[in-house]
Amino acid sequence: MKLWIPFASSAGALLVIASFVGAGWDAPPVDTQQIGYRGTGMYHHMDMETEKALKAANVAPEPPWAPDPSGDKAGKIYQNVQVLKDLSDDQFNQFMASITAWVAPEAGCNYCHNPENMASDEIYQKVVARRMIQMTQAINVDWKKHVAETGVTCYTCHRGKGVPAQVWSASLAPKPAGNMTQDRGGQNVVAKLAGNTSLPQNALMDYLLGDKPIRVDSTTALPTGKNPAGTKETERTWSLMIHISESLGVNCVTCHNSRAFYDWDQSPPQRVTAWHGIRMVRNLNVNYLTGLSPIFPANRKGPEGDVFKVGCATCHNGVQKPLYGVSMLKDYVDALGKKGSTDVPDYKTYQPGKTQVMGQVVGQSALPAIPGTFEVASPLKTPETGKVAD
Amino acid sequence: MAQYLNIITPIQISGPAEEGMPLPRGDSPRAGKPSFVRLFGMIGNAQIGPIYLGFLGTLSLVFGFIGFEIIGLNMFASVGWNPIQFVRQLFWLGLEPPPAKYGLKVLPPLAEGGWWLIAGFFLTLSVILWWVRVYRRAKQLELGTHVAWAFASAIWLFLVLGFIRPLLMGNFSEAVPFGIFPHLDWTAALSIRYGNLYYNPFHCLSIVFLYGSVLLFAMHGATILAVGKYGGERELEQITDRGTASERAALFWRWTMGFNATMESVHRWAWWFAILTPLTGGIGILLTGTVVDNWYLWGVNHGLVSPLPTMWPGVVDPAL
Repeated sequence: MKLWIPFASSAGALLVIASFVGAGWDAPPVDTQQIGYRGTGMYHHMDMETEKALKAANVAPEPPWAPDPSGDKAGKIYQNVQVLKDLSDDQFNQFMASITAWVAPEAGCNYCHNPENMASDEIYQKVVARRMIQMTQAINVDWKKHVAETGVTCYTCHRGKGVPAQVWSASLAPKPAGNMTQDRGGQNVVAKLAGNTSLPQNALMDYLLGDKPIRVDSTTALPTGKNPAGTKETERTWSLMIHISESLGVNCVTCHNSRAFYDWDQSPPQRVTAWHGIRMVRNLNVNYLTGLSPIFPANRKGPEGDVFKVGCATCHNGVQKPLYGVSMLKDYVDALGKKGSTDVPDYKTYQPGKTQVMGQVVGQSALPAIPGTFEVASPLKTPETGKVAD
Repeated sequence: MAQYLNIITPIQISGPAEEGMPLPRGDSPRAGKPSFVRLFGMIGNAQIGPIYLGFLGTLSLVFGFIGFEIIGLNMFASVGWNPIQFVRQLFWLGLEPPPAKYGLKVLPPLAEGGWWLIAGFFLTLSVILWWVRVYRRAKQLELGTHVAWAFASAIWLFLVLGFIRPLLMGNFSEAVPFGIFPHLDWTAALSIRYGNLYYNPFHCLSIVFLYGSVLLFAMHGATILAVGKYGGERELEQITDRGTASERAALFWRWTMGFNATMESVHRWAWWFAILTPLTGGIGILLTGTVVDNWYLWGVNHGLVSPLPTMWPGVVDPAL
């Protein structure tokens, strides 16, 4: 009997089906780079097709023109300039043109500005943008241990979108049935932020917003009873690590010698950079993003009602060095490489469509009182009149 | 010709069903009328049934079903009774042991690990009853109890993972969750938390016996199939009355590796390798977190870890 024929053909059919159904296949060629001592298995693998797509998707745009740094300062010329007032007129306008291209290339100036009164803060996006400029300045000045001299600009995250593609918020979906059934402990469903594993869904809440201890390993061979972490805590840490790994398109061994994950003496220097990055992102989420909660409307918040927050992917977008290490900051040192005013207004007082000045304009007369005729209900409806004031 | 070289068994015996010996008084009757399935005959015996369940087997199945249902329904509930999500995410779903705050509390709230304990209780009961059943059936057929002890070795590892080690750690949160990916994630997390199980010598032993079992199984299966044309599959007869099949098999291994097992001893090899896999593995798990907290550092102290040259001298823990 030729019974091997149906067996062989069904095995072949199964293989074919599996190769189509199986997710995440990387077709050859794969480029491999040794990054650690021989025999430690420390290699960086790159799928060439993925790499090509990433290279095409992560190109730093050129600045529209080289601005003239001389002349009167923007704070003197324009009203209600709080953070960028030390830029020259040309620098200020060049930066406004850039930020438009980076964040709202389609909506244009009116994404943030009322075209009738560019100085008004009545559109919430303008208030957010000002805070985000403060944030970008803080990253470039205070977090050099993570961003080095390369720095970041609005484009590093925004990439031509009002809301960066890779942001996160609390996720409980699919919601457990509740009552007396198990609550599943925040895990055991597809965790989108942890590489689609079944690891804890909201680990970023613990580590990139909260500051739960990330380290779980004991540093002594024998138990001392001093390490409170168990396997559950380890799964949380692991979830964060998967997020980092997926965000940067790297593996564990980019930062760790996996034979002793905890050991700094065997770790590549990237681990130190990542350590500062975790603290940087936590700082941004605590001080900048959640601080803006009263400003964001409900449709700009996550399903659980918390503001969108930044993670590693927000800047990195699948690349170890965002935009392949090209520094956009060097063309915007005056705007984003030094700190302007770091004042934080009380955002709870903000009234969209009404508030003319959010915050204090130092060293300049405040916005002149404007009669109530100025309360535009939906300022985004008149894009034609919103000529760019460059 | 070379019939036994096939994947499937081409010879099927058909005839009156084999009923087996009569049961002693007090035993329940065997269930089911025997039937023949040609497809099964290709990979094993074509005769299906009768099966002996008795009260041990029946209770074991009932308890097993209860445990299975508790796990399955809780998985279903964890996606809000959504049937589509239940199917799509089935491999991701699980039933978690209680969080650490409940320690060894016998029944924490059902939503927070209570169901896990109940499911574990029923599954343990089911497995132990099935073990007693295997033992008793072997005795009743006047066999050795080798199968029961091999099964006991697997139960040992099961109980170490889910019960004995958590007891010693003083916390059920250290136990394995139920679920396909959840239990795999737990396994890797355990290794990471306790400093890499790679350096746990009992883990090494368990792997040796596991891979050894596979190797022995392949060698033995291949040998018997290879001498099938000389009647080599009649192993028990060949033990006492060594025929040409046995001699050729022995010669083959003596020629290729200088040593051969016998028709009898090869089964002892296989049995011990199989038994020692979960036995040593269980010991390794039992020591993890209770006696040793970081296997890598333990390995450093005991000469297991090969030193590496310093690759990145500038790297210092930034938290210090």
